[in-house]
Amino acid sequence: MKRVVITGLGCVTPIGSTVSTFGESLFAGRSGISPIVNVPDTPDGDPGVRYKQAAQIFDFDPAQHLDSGIISATNRNTHFAIVAARQAAEQAELMKHHAPGDIAIIMGCACGGRSSEEHEVKGLYTRNARAHPLTIVRTMSSAGASNISIDLKITGPTLDISTACASSTHAIGLAFHMVRSGMSTAALCGGHEAPLSWGFYRAWDSMRVVSPTQCRPYAADRDGMTLGEGAAMLVIETLESAQARNATIFGEIVGFGMSADANHITQPQAEGAAAAMRKALVDANASPDQVGYINAHGTGTQANDATEAAAIHMVFGARASQIPLSSTKALHGHSIGASGALEALATVLALKEGRLPHTAGVTNPDTSLNVDIIVDEPRATGPTIALSNSLAFGGLNAVIALKTWQ
Amino acid sequence: MDDIATRSIEIIAKAKNIPTDTVHLETSFEELNIDSLDKINISFEVEEAFNIEIPDEALGSLKTVGDVVNGVKQLIEAKAASGSAPATTP
Repeated sequence: MKRVVITGLGCVTPIGSTVSTFGESLFAGRSGISPIVNVPDTPDGDPGVRYKQAAQIFDFDPAQHLDSGIISATNRNTHFAIVAARQAAEQAELMKHHAPGDIAIIMGCACGGRSSEEHEVKGLYTRNARAHPLTIVRTMSSAGASNISIDLKITGPTLDISTACASSTHAIGLAFHMVRSGMSTAALCGGHEAPLSWGFYRAWDSMRVVSPTQCRPYAADRDGMTLGEGAAMLVIETLESAQARNATIFGEIVGFGMSADANHITQPQAEGAAAAMRKALVDANASPDQVGYINAHGTGTQANDATEAAAIHMVFGARASQIPLSSTKALHGHSIGASGALEALATVLALKEGRLPHTAGVTNPDTSLNVDIIVDEPRATGPTIALSNSLAFGGLNAVIALKTWQ
Repeated sequence: MDDIATRSIEIIAKAKNIPTDTVHLETSFEELNIDSLDKINISFEVEEAFNIEIPDEALGSLKTVGDVVNGVKQLIEAKAASGSAPATTP
């Protein structure tokens, strides 16, 4: 099987709309979480929920990147997707070195064009209005993948994966397997999401899992997640093709594991998460002793963090308490289908820089979980293997294993 | 230029994100690079603005800005003749 390396990165996120600004925020612990403003279709921009904060993107103007026809035919998540994909493709010189039909596009997006859908439904339900003729193409979950294909003229396998909060980790993992097996010579993979609509805020409010303060993963006083939006993309390709053209290599993907809890639609189960981590290590042909960092799913809810910690103990035994762990959701929030891609990007940068990001805003780690949560400041590391976990509602788990490129 | 022409040109210019003074009655859709997606988008906005319904068969025959304006006028007249007063605001 072929080795698979990362040669392009791109992002539009609440902590930076370029990879360099994302990296600066990541290591500075600069949060993108702020008071909720300007929610479309609400009477005064306020969604009327118990919590007051979200990880919103303010420095992104689609008109600076996309023509009016594309903007009109797409939802905000697709705007993020196209722009982040362009960044990654340009950095990797993807279209220069790979035939369009040999490139795969594997995206994670679970919410689709949520705000466009809600806007049309509001008109329908309140005044029997006709739907805008572009509603279908704006709202389909696969719109991001399709529009990236059209924008970059990529003709290989192109699809969208929807597995709630694990969507883009599943997407990256599947793309990794496709390139490793030779099905495609390269792939553009990641995720995108812009779900911050009135109905979305209200639905999450009713679940009572959103923090009324701020997401503090693995803290003793954690009180929930913080919703977010964004996109992150990786260009991956075979090591041979990257080396043949002397490309800059940002990291290596070495393993992918996935599992289903088959238990409960919202309550996570440690056995399922543990199975996905074990499978990722087996797939990487690596032992648990080689893992030197875990980018946790770490939503900041009581149930997730306790269950994830229990799963880490199942996989790593006595070493569980010695593996540095952080959740970057404290910075970029939980962008549902895109979160795994943002966290994969954070993990790639961590390995490349030899600096593990801290979990910003956490001053009192939950010692009862007995894991080594990084707080206060980033921690130096040597070359290592890292896991990036995504554990979704519905019990769908995806884990990728990444390795420092030397 | 009458109100219907002015409003129609504003809708087309907005849809293509171009200045209104670049859109004239004789300007063709081809010159404005209006594709099929733009066409249904513009038709929807025109229908909303004038409270009319453009028949599918008429959509295919629209080639210029003037065609849109003339079509709108005909539909408004037909609607008035049938006893239903059209609104001019969305």
